Amino acid sequence: MKGAFKILNRHLKVFARTWQHNLMFNVIEPLLYLSAMGFGLGAFVQQIDGMSYIQFIAPGMVALSSMYSATFECTYGTFVRLHYQKAFQALLAGPVTVKDVVIGEILYATFKSVVFGAVILLVVTALGQIKSIYALLIPLFLILPGILFSTMALCYTGVTSNIDYINYYITLAIMPFFLFGGLYFPVSALPVWVQKANLINPLFHSVEVCRALALGQLSDTLWLHVLTLAVFAIILLPLPIKLMTKKLIS
Amino acid sequence: MSTDMVHVRKDEIILNNIITAQALGKSYGGFRALKGISFNIKEGECFGFLGHNGAGKSTTMRMIYGLSTVDEGTLSMFGQKIILTPPEIKSKLGIVPQEDNLDPDLTVIENLEVYGALFGLDGSKLRERSKELLISMGLQDKENSSVESLSGGLKRRLVIARALINAPKIVVLDEPTTGLDPQARHLVWQKLRSLKSIGVTLILTTHYMEEAMQICDRLVVMHEGEILAEGSPRELIARCVLPYVIELHMPADSVPSDLREKVEKANGEILQVADGIFLYCENGQLLWEKLKDWGIPQHACLLRPSNLEDVFLKLTGKGEEE
Repeated sequence: MKGAFKILNRHLKVFARTWQHNLMFNVIEPLLYLSAMGFGLGAFVQQIDGMSYIQFIAPGMVALSSMYSATFECTYGTFVRLHYQKAFQALLAGPVTVKDVVIGEILYATFKSVVFGAVILLVVTALGQIKSIYALLIPLFLILPGILFSTMALCYTGVTSNIDYINYYITLAIMPFFLFGGLYFPVSALPVWVQKANLINPLFHSVEVCRALALGQLSDTLWLHVLTLAVFAIILLPLPIKLMTKKLIS
Repeated sequence: MSTDMVHVRKDEIILNNIITAQALGKSYGGFRALKGISFNIKEGECFGFLGHNGAGKSTTMRMIYGLSTVDEGTLSMFGQKIILTPPEIKSKLGIVPQEDNLDPDLTVIENLEVYGALFGLDGSKLRERSKELLISMGLQDKENSSVESLSGGLKRRLVIARALINAPKIVVLDEPTTGLDPQARHLVWQKLRSLKSIGVTLILTTHYMEEAMQICDRLVVMHEGEILAEGSPRELIARCVLPYVIELHMPADSVPSDLREKVEKANGEILQVADGIFLYCENGQLLWEKLKDWGIPQHACLLRPSNLEDVFLKLTGKGEEE
């Protein structure tokens, strides 16, 4: 684990230099969604569950930004480090293991997902869309989906051989997550089978928790969402280590 | 430390075996990249693996520095048996890989500092050590440059500097001068000699005969996953080939057909490799005088002492590749 923090140290050095560009990439897109949907579509939608439309989608944008950051870091970012920069091979010549490298990736992607989630949270708070002091817990909570989304992305990067194939993951996994995950409309509007499918949609759980904290609507079901995310993460965690070992050690 | 003691014949100094391989093999799918090789590397020497691409040199290096598992035979380092080189052992190694895998996201000095941090170095000590290495590799003016802006030769020097950040006991160099111009190559050799002089063990793979000759104390000639011969460059030359060679620089069809017979009669050896013909003998001048009588113009020939390349030609039947 000590080795993983040394890997994180490398990534943070890069982050210190590139965070402005990262900010553009990870923050602008959710903000575009927020303004287009919130103000555009919001003009036609009066209220959802007793709140304004923009208020409804704002916490979802926080979860979305967080998912994006973790996902892009551990797909494109990891792929480039693995195949083009040969950074992992270089790091492995030092006193670290593949496990350290993989956990280092997850730590960094999680860090970024919390940071960029928090940035969106700040923005929507400034826009007056956050009502509860419990929203302060959101960045802490984002650690969990951050770990899960980066682990999932690493699994995909661990099996894909071509950077273009990452699009499959984005289009076939990430897109459905955010289109059907209850960001833009309540999931109760969806057919029952889609609602059931959402139980394995990590973003759905993440949005539910973010929204509840933003609105101060605490309930015991929140623990269920948290528990689901934690279980997914724990089950998946060994897989990217195995896959990366296969890629790096012959 | 290995308790396995060995005598070095020349000066009777007792040296420890720092790396020992026994019947080391490796297969990828159905392909046997390494066919059960054995060797001992002694502390403080420069040990070379000489061979063409695909001879199994890099496979052996990857096992030593922990990018490949040992699944056939045994490999011991610092007296410890290895399956996959663990971090404790890697912390005593310095690795110069075949490809320049410097971190393009970091500056020159950051490349050293981030790598040094892996070994638990930090703060002003790490900065000092990094700067020292930059100076010793002639990179002090490039401290804050991006890695991309460095020439091939400077990149290689930075890779070597990076490998020395932890003051390693063993430095493993996989083709350290491939693609470098002669000047840069000599600079690297000089650095390697100075490392050896402070007692660092060097392990080197190369397909340049001159490089092996210049810096290796002992070496193995590898070919298709096997070790064909082992010894010091001088020993190998003395053992494998006659002391002089005449190279024939002429088309094969204009060489008299009875040349082989004549050379052998004069106690020489003849070797044909692709288009090249080589005549080996005890007394070069004597054979040289005979060439004219044999119908071979001297201006198309070159007489020289035998070297490692001749050993290599004879053992593998293939010339040096560029």
